[in-house]
Amino acid sequence: MMIYLQLFWEFFKTGLFAIGGGMATVPFLQEISVRTGWFSAADLADMIAVSESTPGPIGINMATYVGYTTVHHHHGPVAAILGGVVATVGLVTPSVIIILIIAKFLEKFRDNRYVNAAMYGLRAASVALISAAGISIVLISVFRISDIRAFRSVVIDYRCFVLAAVILILTRWVPQTRKIHPVVFIALSAAAGILFHMSV
Amino acid sequence: MSYLDLFLTFARIGVLTFGGGYAMLPIIQREIVEKKGWVTEAEVMDYYAIGQCTPGVIAVNTATFTGRKVKGNLGGIAATAGVVFPSVVIITFLAALIHGFADLRPVQDALAGIRICVCVLIFNAVLKMWKKAVVDKVTLILYLAILAASVFFDASPVLMVVIAGAVGLIVKGRKQS
Repeated sequence: MMIYLQLFWEFFKTGLFAIGGGMATVPFLQEISVRTGWFSAADLADMIAVSESTPGPIGINMATYVGYTTVHHHHGPVAAILGGVVATVGLVTPSVIIILIIAKFLEKFRDNRYVNAAMYGLRAASVALISAAGISIVLISVFRISDIRAFRSVVIDYRCFVLAAVILILTRWVPQTRKIHPVVFIALSAAAGILFHMSV
Repeated sequence: MSYLDLFLTFARIGVLTFGGGYAMLPIIQREIVEKKGWVTEAEVMDYYAIGQCTPGVIAVNTATFTGRKVKGNLGGIAATAGVVFPSVVIITFLAALIHGFADLRPVQDALAGIRICVCVLIFNAVLKMWKKAVVDKVTLILYLAILAASVFFDASPVLMVVIAGAVGLIVKGRKQS
């Protein structure tokens, strides 16, 4: 029972403070992972991949996956289903409450000077937090270390750099492939991972 | 028009959407503006604008707004439940599948490859957001300070968001008027 309450509370906080789309939940999940040990940084990277390659809003997919994984580690697969539901409900609750209130004052809210001023700071915070979360996912996925302070044990695996460079080029600079949906690159990377035994 | 109708329409939107945010705008327009006529084009744009500056997932915000307009507060909840329902079902299945086979070597290998791809996807998302978020000296300093605090000192993201909002209010809140 406790785990469900804790899940709800953690995702309620995430839903309240993650502003600006699906990826904005990543830094909060990262912080939850460090603080509670419910799931690892590698789990988080898998969750992002699954959330990106399935239908539905990324933030929601992440919440369901994290809730499921967390409860699964401790209480098995059946209890885990409820974990996914609880985390998802926790994530959407603050935004539903806020929107139901805002809907009454719609016009005033949109052009409010103070809202715009706060957003000016919040957008920068959001992109900084996602960058930081991205850095730790790079550390764990590419360099196989869990923390930047553990840089002495970094693993240099050229296959990781080659794959990263190929995807980067295809998603940014090749006009024919730039607009392709991320799910295609995720599938190709999975194939490359199997082909080159990348888990060692 | 019923709560069930709201639930099912938004469940459809949930299934048809890959990626959320702006990727789902065309589907939302087709389903609730053109087919159902529940809201106008302009209203959807308002919902999106507000969704950008309120907490939570934009798809959910839009569902809550539309449901509330059509059927009141309970309608808002019905539409929200609809938009998240397909995600919860699909992800639960996938998570169960992945956990069932996570120890197999090919699954480990595939996930190792996928994680590299995720790094690039996050990098691309950051670049896209950067252009809209880091627009002058103040936002650049804010960006660097929060990045450093998060990477080196594990600063709480909640605290960072609160501070950034306050900085925004102090810098921009009284300048113009």
